[in-house]
Amino acid sequence: MTRLAIIDYGSGNVRSVQRALEAAANHFEIPLTVVLTDDPDRIRQADRIVLPGVGHFADCAEGLAARQGVAEALNEAVFRSRRPFLGVCVGMQLMADVGREDIETRGLGWIPGAVERLRPTDPSLPIPHMGWNVLTDIKPHPLLDGLGPEPHVYFVHSYAMNPAHRQHVAAWCDYGGKFVAAIARDNLFGTQFHPEKSQQAGQTILANFLRWKP
Amino acid sequence: MLKVRVIPCLDVKDGRTVKGVNFVDLRDAGDPVALARAYDAQGADELCFLDITASHEKRGAMIDVVERTADACFMPLTVGGGVRTPDDMVAMLKAGADKVAINTAAVLDPDILKACARKVGSQAVVMALDARREGDGWGVFTHGGRNSAGKDAVQFAKRAAELGAGEILITSMDRDGTRNGYDIELLRAIRNVVNVPIIASGGAGNVQHMADAVTKGGADAVLAASIFHFGEASVTDAKRALAAAGAPVRIIEPV
Repeated sequence: MTRLAIIDYGSGNVRSVQRALEAAANHFEIPLTVVLTDDPDRIRQADRIVLPGVGHFADCAEGLAARQGVAEALNEAVFRSRRPFLGVCVGMQLMADVGREDIETRGLGWIPGAVERLRPTDPSLPIPHMGWNVLTDIKPHPLLDGLGPEPHVYFVHSYAMNPAHRQHVAAWCDYGGKFVAAIARDNLFGTQFHPEKSQQAGQTILANFLRWKP
Repeated sequence: MLKVRVIPCLDVKDGRTVKGVNFVDLRDAGDPVALARAYDAQGADELCFLDITASHEKRGAMIDVVERTADACFMPLTVGGGVRTPDDMVAMLKAGADKVAINTAAVLDPDILKACARKVGSQAVVMALDARREGDGWGVFTHGGRNSAGKDAVQFAKRAAELGAGEILITSMDRDGTRNGYDIELLRAIRNVVNVPIIASGGAGNVQHMADAVTKGGADAVLAASIFHFGEASVTDAKRALAAAGAPVRIIEPV
């Protein structure tokens, strides 16, 4: 039985993420127990960790920092003990060194790089980038297995991660220019899109995550 | 490339779907969750629930509908109707909605949009704008289109986006229910002044109307109710028409 912790730090759609993971586990017959938690001990005990996040980078970073011991527990379980980790949307962005949404805010520092505003080459393109878009230049990675050649996934964001090292990019997406749609480093994976809202493609990614042995 | 979204909209009252629905395969067409599942299977890009429950006391039924839908459908969900405060938005998001539409409260006090965006992020705040032709332009209406707010719809849309609305849902009161097509001029006028996504609503009578809203009106998404509910066109039909008109779509072949 996999014990999965979803970090509940006051940011948005924790339940949606939980339900989508449970449905994926159910469909692919993966034994799973999920806890929603901001308890450092439970985070340390988890086999896998998901960090969701919706809204503003600085708000999410503050929400994480305000919970005593959570960032330390994440560093220990994820960065040092190398448990499989999935960051979603702002949860992915928080893996960067720094976020530049309105003000400069420190992230967890697991992926060198910064989170910056989308700047489409065509200035008439609406921001936020909202809706279904295609993953491109998909790197072979266990989490992106079985998606087919042109998977559509659901995005809602105005900022994207700009990693210092190209080898940390797992997939790109195009919106008036390329931006990073997924990042991967060892046991870390992050999606700028929302797998929990991406119908079949999202369910495949979540099931891949639950079976992932980095 | 970003795809144009096709969004079926369900009117919900006291937890049940209103407006006649004529889905062949559904045992209970009044159950919004059953309908949501059907549209999910058709590859709808997003769903919109509009709560037309008259009394605030019965809002709990809507929360329940949103929760049960989010349990079954892993797709974006927008909920509107009776939303007045940032806390109303939070309640809907906690239940499983991704975006919340606000109408009358934001027309009467636009600054509420700023408070909502601060609380939940502008990506989750949808300004639902009811507009009707007035003179050379369009006026903003509230209370389900009954009261004129004495404001210019195009200017108001611009202001709403500046204050923090991450998307504008534009309903033409002139066209709503007529099946004569969306108000293309209204869409275009708003498209020209806002830089957030706009959703066309009100007047869809066939799939060509949807294509027109995108190619001529500049809409990023098209919303429709009865055309889908009565089975006159499926979501896939709508997407084929959009594709034929040159609009990028995500086509999910029915299994």
